[in-house]
Amino acid sequence: MLSHPDELKYVKSHEFVSVEGDVATIGITAFAADQLGDVTFVELPKVGEKFKTEQKFGVIESVKSVSDLFMPIAGEITAVNENLNSEPELVNLDTYKGGWMIKVKIENAAEVASLMSAEDYKKFIVD
Amino acid sequence: MVDFAGWNMPVQYKSIIAEHMATREKIGLFDVSHMGEFLVTGAGAHDFIQYIIANDLNRLATADRALYSQLCYEDGGTVDDLIVYRRKEDFLLVVNASNIDKDWEWISSHASKFDVKLTNISDQLGLLALQGPQAVPLLSEIVGEWVSQLPSFGYGEATIDGTSFSFGRTGYTGEDGFEIFVPTAKAEWLWNLLLERGQAKGIEACGLGARDTLRLEAGLPLYGHELERDISPIESGLGWSVKPDKGDFIGREVLAKQKAGGLERQIVCLKGTGKAAPRQGYSVFHGDKEVGKVTSGAPGVFVGYPLAFALVSMPVTKVGTELTIGIRDTKVPATVVNRPWYKRKK
Repeated sequence: MLSHPDELKYVKSHEFVSVEGDVATIGITAFAADQLGDVTFVELPKVGEKFKTEQKFGVIESVKSVSDLFMPIAGEITAVNENLNSEPELVNLDTYKGGWMIKVKIENAAEVASLMSAEDYKKFIVD
Repeated sequence: MVDFAGWNMPVQYKSIIAEHMATREKIGLFDVSHMGEFLVTGAGAHDFIQYIIANDLNRLATADRALYSQLCYEDGGTVDDLIVYRRKEDFLLVVNASNIDKDWEWISSHASKFDVKLTNISDQLGLLALQGPQAVPLLSEIVGEWVSQLPSFGYGEATIDGTSFSFGRTGYTGEDGFEIFVPTAKAEWLWNLLLERGQAKGIEACGLGARDTLRLEAGLPLYGHELERDISPIESGLGWSVKPDKGDFIGREVLAKQKAGGLERQIVCLKGTGKAAPRQGYSVFHGDKEVGKVTSGAPGVFVGYPLAFALVSMPVTKVGTELTIGIRDTKVPATVVNRPWYKRKK
């Protein structure tokens, strides 16, 4: 059973957002990881880069596919998960913890409030 | 599940990597029932097949042997690649699922000059591929020790619990194993039997995803990628299976010229670097000059580096040539290497 925890926020491009103060941790959802299959490579931005909402921030490759990663909210990159360089499979195995991709300094707190709840996201992926 | 040539098939059961590794190290079971099968009978069957394929059917000295070949157009382009089984009473052609209708039409259109009868039995036959180092031990346990004595590309028949089926010592993974023909109604029964009996040997059900990564690593071409309407088997690097000296056949003139050295481009094997994988359609460069495109690419699951087949212009096809592959906004180094990337230890 795929898990989409209640305490996280979600977007239609299948990224999750975990908010702590003014920092958001971003990765892809369990649904997306399952659809991609074995993740083999994650290309991430550099710390200090700034992105707008829905702007492409990286690329994720599985054995069979290549997909872009999109910013759920606007902000500046404060950290990237270097572990994914050597262990991209963390995205499949530990999606919301070890599989996180970037941390972002939230530019506009109002954006966070507009993101989907777990309940909304689960409805979205069923449709 | 994906729709593939009208069949609803899983890309993966567990994970492509797990299925790929199980097939390399233990045993994998693939449902390839979507493949097409045509029966050729009649006094002219041998001559007819010899006329439509590029390989030499006379390489099969006895019945119950199989041959890899291609059907070609007059201009040398490829209609399809196939396996021809010479059996005691008839010939069986096994063709790609997505090409069944096209092949049937092509083959039928050339049959009138020969005393042959063609039957499309694709709907009547299921096909299961049992592949990997434990494939021969498993089928030996179920059918009898004699199956381990079958030569590569040999063919046998057996009956279990009243169901007759047949098999070739063939495959599309680079491993030893069998492709097993079974009446469609009994395919599920055989699938379950093989999975159950193979459990102790570490058998995994494998999907289309692993089938593709395994065939790629083993340097085997896939129609629509390394073989096409406008890619001849010689251009695809399959010259060993094209025999212009055997006599007349469709495409002979062009293929003979190409085989004698008249090639402008060829499919090469590239060993990539880094972690991003080359994919179909990516550009290949020699210095600043674009020299071709990737036809298939993936992470090499077993060999551990990215790999790609690419169709490139002469003369950069020589083993050892340093090229680059355009992956997004970088040019990633890749070297032309000998085919295949993966070869099993015998």
